[in-house]
Amino acid sequence: MSFDTPLLLRSGASVANYTLVYETYGTLNAKRDNAVLVCHALNASHHVAGVYAGKPHSKGWWDSMIGPGKPVDTDRFFVVGINNLGSCFGSTGPMHTNPATGRAWGADFPVVTVEDWVDAQARLLDALGIDTLAAVMGGSLGGMQTLSWTLQYPQRVRHAVVAASAPNLTAENIAFNEVARRAIVSDQDFRGGHFYEHAVVPKRGLRIARMIGHITYLSDDIMNAKFGRELRNVVEGAGTNGYRYTTQDIEFQIESYLRHQGDKFSEYFDANTYLLITRALDYFDPARAHGGDLRAALAPASAQFLIVSFSTDWRFSPARSREIVKALLDNRRSVSYVEINTTHGHDAFLLNDAYYMSMMRAYFERIAGENTP
Amino acid sequence: MSSVKVQRSIARLVPQGARVLDLGCGDGALLDLLARERGCTGYGVEIADDNVLACVRRGVDVIQINLNEGLAMFDDASFDVVLQIDTLQHLRNTEVMLRETARVGRIGIVAFPNFAHWPNRLSIARGRMPVTRRMPYQWYDTPNIRVSTYKDFAVLARKNHLRVLDAFGLQNGHEVRWLPNARAGTAVFKFERG
Repeated sequence: MSFDTPLLLRSGASVANYTLVYETYGTLNAKRDNAVLVCHALNASHHVAGVYAGKPHSKGWWDSMIGPGKPVDTDRFFVVGINNLGSCFGSTGPMHTNPATGRAWGADFPVVTVEDWVDAQARLLDALGIDTLAAVMGGSLGGMQTLSWTLQYPQRVRHAVVAASAPNLTAENIAFNEVARRAIVSDQDFRGGHFYEHAVVPKRGLRIARMIGHITYLSDDIMNAKFGRELRNVVEGAGTNGYRYTTQDIEFQIESYLRHQGDKFSEYFDANTYLLITRALDYFDPARAHGGDLRAALAPASAQFLIVSFSTDWRFSPARSREIVKALLDNRRSVSYVEINTTHGHDAFLLNDAYYMSMMRAYFERIAGENTP
Repeated sequence: MSSVKVQRSIARLVPQGARVLDLGCGDGALLDLLARERGCTGYGVEIADDNVLACVRRGVDVIQINLNEGLAMFDDASFDVVLQIDTLQHLRNTEVMLRETARVGRIGIVAFPNFAHWPNRLSIARGRMPVTRRMPYQWYDTPNIRVSTYKDFAVLARKNHLRVLDAFGLQNGHEVRWLPNARAGTAVFKFERG
């Protein structure tokens, strides 16, 4: 969907024309009260569920959660997925042409925030004729957008489902993002963010960014369970302990796994998008305008909330989710809080845990059962 | 303990329209009853997954946290009533939790198995720990890690400067107000900060 009304951004910049790609699943009912907006996190897109015809490997990123008969049942709900501005899956982003220069935006693409994304999403919903959402949902950065929806457009959100998220990033979280950004920016193929015109891609930087990110999405437990100290392959000539006594070859399985993840990521993800999205994460902090008082920040929210955290998630720990819960309790808002016991760390919000799925199903059944005026 | 009669006895102690926090709310049935029949609002606190799920299915707001970690999430006097129905005896830090209950709620209501109920006394007199319908566990597998009596609680309440507003026993769904320490399997106290 193309927009030609300029979108004013929090930075003060504005984007004159832009396109947002989106997908919908299910049918908008006559009362237009069954729409669910799904907000994506760092490296996901508008393609939240299902597979494209003839492309068996194109499963949507939250396909376990969303679809016909799934916890978020598209036989009942009209689900909307939107690729955010600045991303690299079809919506206007740094790889597209900057109308002012005729070159690709590159590093000149304006810095976008969670709040800007929510504004853009709201415009798209306006165009679809959706005034009130039955629910907004998302995990991690998607959870931040969900929370922001309830503050920017409180009257438009009946329910907010926030999984594996936080009211802002900790210093440690920003630190991880900064390491990832430095890896990209210091890759000589980055070319100050204008690598497109040199027909190169800063893949080395992207790989390392992904490797460090990936470590933070897992838990120590699951890494030990999956890989432990296992060696990749024991070759001839190796010592009796299996070590090959190298410093740069892949020796351990975990190294192989991380390199594989890095390689895959560098093939499809855009370097400038990575910088933009991690910055949006860093900046998100609704309490900042209230002197750090999250209670005051969440006062405008009128939605009912389901907050979900995961026991071994150390990137967005349960304690951070509980801060949101406390602020909602202090504001006397309707909120349920669930902590899923899992070994899978931050990534758990994308996985198929029986209790987690039952909980989401129960909550969405409750939403579906509500009568709206 | 979760029989409808017992729930109604407890519900009668809760003022109309109160904002309620139910610690160890189980499947949320009592909160559901309070919402429907007494116009109350509030939240349950529960640790067990199946109970939390049952609450969400009923549409009861529930917070999944471990009560042994305290009530830091809840502000002083932020609730009209804090309930601890068959919860106190499962908690390690009984006294702290009692004080926390009085801090968070204007009124606290607790119910717990009364160890001085006469069949329990009889069992002890015979030399064995009681195993009853009310406390159907063996001593080595019981979740009731704090066993106490109606009288014991009255002493603890006084020690913590709680003013008892009402106290009685419950037996077979009936209120026991004459010799509750001997005649009731369940003790019920309603109190406020003194």
